[in-house]
Amino acid sequence: MAQTLYDKLWNSHVVHQDEDGTCLLYIDRHLVHEVTSPQAFEGLRLAGRTAWRSKSVIATADHNTPTDNWDQDIQDPIAKQQVDTLDANLKNFDALDFYPFKHEKQGIIHVIAPENGATLPGMTVVCGDSHTSTHGAFGALAHGIGTSEVEHVLATQTLVAKKAKSMLIKVEGQLGKGVGAKDVALAIIGKIGTAGGTGYTIEFAGSAIRGLSMEGRMTLCNMAIEGGARAGIIAVDDTTIDYLRGRTHAPKGENWDKAVAYWKTLHSDADATFDTIVEIKAETIDPQVTWGTSPEQVLAVGGKVPNPANEADPVKRGSIERALQYMGLNADMPITDIRIDKVFIGSCTNSRIEDLREAAGIVKGKKKAASVKQVLIVPGSGLVKRQAEEEGLDKVFIEAGFEWREPGCSMCLAMNNDRLAPGERCASTSNRNFEGRQGAGSRTHLVSPAMAAAAAIAGHFVDVRDIL
Amino acid sequence: MKKFDLLDGLVCPLDRANVDTDAIIPKQFLKSINRSGFGPNLFDEWRYTDHGEPGMDCSLRPKNPDFVLNQPRFQGAQILLARDNFGCGSSREHAPWAIEDYGFRAIIAPSFADIFFNNCFKNGVLPIVLPEETVDSLFKECAAQEGYRLTIDLAAQTVTTPDGDAFPFEITAHRKHCLLNGLDDIGLTLRHAEKIKAFEEKRKAEQPWLF
Ligand code: SF4
Repeated sequence: MAQTLYDKLWNSHVVHQDEDGTCLLYIDRHLVHEVTSPQAFEGLRLAGRTAWRSKSVIATADHNTPTDNWDQDIQDPIAKQQVDTLDANLKNFDALDFYPFKHEKQGIIHVIAPENGATLPGMTVVCGDSHTSTHGAFGALAHGIGTSEVEHVLATQTLVAKKAKSMLIKVEGQLGKGVGAKDVALAIIGKIGTAGGTGYTIEFAGSAIRGLSMEGRMTLCNMAIEGGARAGIIAVDDTTIDYLRGRTHAPKGENWDKAVAYWKTLHSDADATFDTIVEIKAETIDPQVTWGTSPEQVLAVGGKVPNPANEADPVKRGSIERALQYMGLNADMPITDIRIDKVFIGSCTNSRIEDLREAAGIVKGKKKAASVKQVLIVPGSGLVKRQAEEEGLDKVFIEAGFEWREPGCSMCLAMNNDRLAPGERCASTSNRNFEGRQGAGSRTHLVSPAMAAAAAIAGHFVDVRDIL
Repeated sequence: MKKFDLLDGLVCPLDRANVDTDAIIPKQFLKSINRSGFGPNLFDEWRYTDHGEPGMDCSLRPKNPDFVLNQPRFQGAQILLARDNFGCGSSREHAPWAIEDYGFRAIIAPSFADIFFNNCFKNGVLPIVLPEETVDSLFKECAAQEGYRLTIDLAAQTVTTPDGDAFPFEITAHRKHCLLNGLDDIGLTLRHAEKIKAFEEKRKAEQPWLF
C-alpha cells in the first residue's frame, strides 16, 4: 500500500501497539537541555532506574546561559544552579555529546544536533522542547515532549504515542526575491491558524520547498509547532544528503552508502493519501510581519493592522482588540509605520549561518537607525559563530552598531538577561510573539532575518524588496 | 501520580483563546529544578500587578482583582473552563505542574495544544475536549450561576451539569487506565523491556550508523 513519509517513519519505529492504537515508539535520538531535564534525571534516580541508552543523548546548556561577559560566568544564582545541575547529571553519564556552557560547540540544541550530524534521516528525535520539530527537515520524525516523557525516554528508549493525522502542505513555484523560509512559515500559519495543524503531522512539499537549503527547511519545520502540528517533515533529497556528508556523527565509508540508499526511500509514495492537503503558490508569499500576540496574527509587509470592527466572530474580535491593546497599535495603521526599539536576530528558527549571511547582506555598509536602542545578533552555536567570523560577518554587524554575542537562546525567550523592557517593541527572528515572551510587557514582531536587518537600519518595518 | 475517577468541582472560566504556556507559567519560574511549588505562579502575569520572580512570597504580592482566579466566587475551583487551543506554545511541563499545584484537576476546552494535552495526563490532570457550542453554553451557565459546579465521571466518560445534562468525551483506553489507577507510564512500558531490546538489536543490525 502506498505510504506517506510519516507512515514510513512511524511504522519503522513501532515496538508495540495496544488495542486502542497507543504505540510504543523507539527513540533514536534524545536531545537534552538544562530547563526540562532536571526533574527527569531526579525522577530516574528516585525510582532507582538508569538510562536505557545514554549514547542516544546529545546535551547542551542553552536556555539560561548568558550571551555576553562569559568571563563572569552565570550571575543569576537560580539559572546557575540549573546549568550546574545539567553538568552534574551529564557527568559520568556517557552521552554521545555534551557541550556544556562555554564549550566551543555549545549552542542552541536544535542548531547543534544537525550541524554535528546527530540528526539523521529516518530517525525519531525527541527533546523536552517544542521546537524539536526543526529536525523534521531531515526526513526524521521529531517532536517536543514534556519532562515526564523525557524521563520515560531516558528509562525506556521509547515514547508512548498515538499516530497523528497527516497533512500535506504543498508550496509550488518560485519564491520571490527577498522572500525566504521564515516568510513561508509565517504565511502558512497565517493561512491555517495556530491550531490549524493540531492533531496532525505536516509534510511540507512542492518545488518551493525542494528549492530551500537545509537551513531554510529547518526554519520551516521549526515553525510547524507554531501551526499546532505535532511534527513537520520534509522528504530526503540530494540537498539533505549533501548537507550531511562529512559531518561528525554522519555515517562513514560503507555505512554511508548503505545509509544513503535507505534515506532515498524516505519520501511519500506518489499515490499516498493525506487526511488534509493545503496548497499555496510560492509567488503569492510576500515578506511577513506579525502584528499581534499569536503567530497567526500575521500580515504581508504591505498590509494594514486589522480593525476589530470588521470581525464578526466575537471571540476573534476580542482577541484582536486585546492584541492591539497589548501591542500598542492602532487599527488600520500600515505595518511599515510601526517603529521599533530593538532588534533580535537569533533563535533556533533563524540563527544559522545562512540567516546571518542574509542579515549581513542587508546591513553591509549601513548603520542602525539612531532611534533603535539595541540590535542583538546571537549566533545559534559556537560553530556558527566561528564560521561567521571567518566570513567577516561579525565586522559587518559591529560596524553597523549591532552587538555580536555568544551563542544561546537569548532573547527568544528572555530567560537570561537579554530581554525587552515593558512596552519595548522588537523586530525578532524568533518564533513566538506571545505576551511577555521577550520580557514582561514586551512587544514582539516576528520577521525573517532580512526583514529584521532592514528594520534595524530604517527604524521601522520596510519591505526588504525595496532595498535589495 | 494521583488517581482520577470522579470529580465534582467548582468551575473557573478563563474566557480567552490561545492561552499559551508562557501565560500559564512565565519563563522565569522554569529555572527551578523541582516539580512542585508552581501553583502560586500559575498565570503570574495576569494574576498579579507586579512582576513576579522565583522566591517571592506570593501572598504579599498585589493581585489583579479583575482576573478570574482572584475573584472570591472562584476560590477553590478544581475545573478550568477554557477556549480553543489551550496550552499552545512550549513543551514545558511546568504548565500542568502549576495547574495541578494550584488545585485544578480537569480542564475543559474545545481544543488543546498537543504537547500540553499529553503532559496533563502524566500529572493526574484530565484535559477534556468538548464541542465548541457545548463549551460556549458552559461558559454562559457558569457566568449566570454563582457556585457553578460540574461533575466529571472518568469511568463513564461524561461531564454533567447541575441540570443533569451529560456530555460524553473521548479518551484513549490507555490514558483512562493510567488515570483511573494512578499508574506511571514507565513501569507499564518496562513490562515490554524484552520487546524493546529485540527491536533495538534488529535496528542495530540494519542501521548500525544510528548507534
Ligand atoms: S531558541 Fe527559543 S524556541 Fe529555540 S529552543 Fe531556545 S528558547 Fe526554545
